[in-house]
Amino acid sequence: MTSGVATLSREAPSPTLGRAVPRLRAEAHPHASVTDAPELVLVQPEAEKRRGLPRPLRRAIGPVLLVAIWHVLSVTDVLSPTVLAGPATVLSSAASLWATGELQAAILASLGRAASGLAIGGTIGVTLAVISGLFRLGEDLIDSTMQMLRTVPNIALIPLFIIWLGIGEAPKVALIALATAFPLYLNVYAGIRNVDQTLVEAARTLGLSRPAMIRHVILPGALPNALVGLRYSLGVAWLALVFGEQVNATAGVGYLMNNAREFFQTDVIVVCLVVYALLGLIVDFIVRLLERVLLAWRPAFSGA
Amino acid sequence: MNGRDSHDLAVRVRGLTRRFGERAVIDTLDLDIRKGEFVALIGASGCGKSTLLRILADLDHGITGEVRVPQRRAVAFQAPRLMPWKPVWRNVTLGLPGGDQRRRAEAALAEVGLSHRSDVWPKVLSGGEAQRTSLARALVRDPDLLLLDEPFGALDALTRIKAQHLVAELWQRRRCAVLLVTHDVEEALLLADRVLVMREGVIARSIPVTLERPRRLDNPVFAALRGELLDLLGVSDDVAGRRAA
Ligand SMILES: Nc1ncnc2c1ncn2[C@@H]1O[C@H](COP(=O)(O)OP(=O)(O)OP(=O)(O)O)[C@@H](O)[C@H]1O
Ligand SMILES: [Mg+2]
Repeated sequence: MTSGVATLSREAPSPTLGRAVPRLRAEAHPHASVTDAPELVLVQPEAEKRRGLPRPLRRAIGPVLLVAIWHVLSVTDVLSPTVLAGPATVLSSAASLWATGELQAAILASLGRAASGLAIGGTIGVTLAVISGLFRLGEDLIDSTMQMLRTVPNIALIPLFIIWLGIGEAPKVALIALATAFPLYLNVYAGIRNVDQTLVEAARTLGLSRPAMIRHVILPGALPNALVGLRYSLGVAWLALVFGEQVNATAGVGYLMNNAREFFQTDVIVVCLVVYALLGLIVDFIVRLLERVLLAWRPAFSGA
Repeated sequence: MNGRDSHDLAVRVRGLTRRFGERAVIDTLDLDIRKGEFVALIGASGCGKSTLLRILADLDHGITGEVRVPQRRAVAFQAPRLMPWKPVWRNVTLGLPGGDQRRRAEAALAEVGLSHRSDVWPKVLSGGEAQRTSLARALVRDPDLLLLDEPFGALDALTRIKAQHLVAELWQRRRCAVLLVTHDVEEALLLADRVLVMREGVIARSIPVTLERPRRLDNPVFAALRGELLDLLGVSDDVAGRRAA
């Protein structure tokens, strides 16, 4: 590419080679300045622009650097083990927790809670959003209530939940359900209300019945927003899980963490934090995958 | 209007008014389109052609006056309005009753020269391809009234001629009533039985085109009609000729 352009401008004498001619005229004319001739800009093919590391590697740089710094601080004793255990200690205690089966059991218990909370909250949030998104009557009855309730901090409800539901699984699942319902409600509702009116009109001229309209036009149109809502919901589900598990848990990652606190085992605490982070990452990855598959049709900007 | 007359009609509009705020874009408009008649509607940009078409498509209810249209209608809008989440062929058959959808979609897409694009997402279509898809979606429905809002606007000259032939052919085969909104006087004269000129919210003129089909641009009657229409649109033939050159 580069050499091609350069050759062209050097072989200027032929009048058919465009750009060079105005330049010559510009020099001949006393009034026109040389700047009249437009400067040519090279259009860069993408293949040449892309350089350096592949993206997955690039994304790993930050976390790896963080762990490296942490490790250096630990082995040089800047960070004492009573404040924060080093990566090596954390790794070995993770291994021993895994060997005894404690870690797997805790992860399973926590995942189960998160999943059932999300299932309940998600069902409620999406159902309400569809009703108030589709029908004006539904909107009048539901939307203002949801907008009001959503400003109440979920965590502040823990004491009430304990009084109502005791200290077993129920209040924890309820907390997660409550926390996840709102982001899904808000985003699905916004998604439905943002569906392009011109497409709804077009669908109406195609003779779509109301259920067919909802299925083929409204819901697919709301899907991008719904997935954003799902992402938010998963985020707060984790948060609610951590809070919920601080309350008298007898199993789960939070329980493991509480126990570790009693014995100042910062290594186990860090193992639990890492587990939370990894689970969050995995779930995020799954949602990204979902987006890629379900939103393949979308002509959206994907970052420069 | 007596009973027999209105029996022959595909569209009957009486005293139609549509206001946007204070401004009446359509102002006590009357319009009849006979069954099987091909009518072209021309008029300056913003004079209310699309508004009228939307009303005939039963999409705009903020009207006063009487509007009667057949149950089976199909519309190709000025913008293609394809569902971005459905592949091209599913867009064509969306809302179409009956089985064998894939085959019917393929046939309709073949007619507009898009067989090779039937599985792609609308986002990858060019402007003209999207418009042809939208045309295929309207044609596949076998309507009694076909409403076309500048459906050939984004097509190159050759594809445009092909698409015009396609619509003419379908019309001759099906004998559905057609209302074609266009900016192109020649297109109107090539296709229509009657050319309506819209101005100040009403049908200002209705000019029958009795030329034999298939029509030829070099027919002297054609040239005379063309001049008359351009005059009505306030374009002198001279300017139009220079533009075309
Ligand atoms: N929903 C609306 N609200 C307010 N004004 C509107 C609305 N729809 C159309 N109009 C106005 O009505 C007028 C006629 O619009 P219309 O789309 O029918 O024009 P048109 O004849 O189809 O023009 P073009 O040839 O450019 O497509 C325009 O001035 C437009 O601004
Ligand atoms: Mg228009």
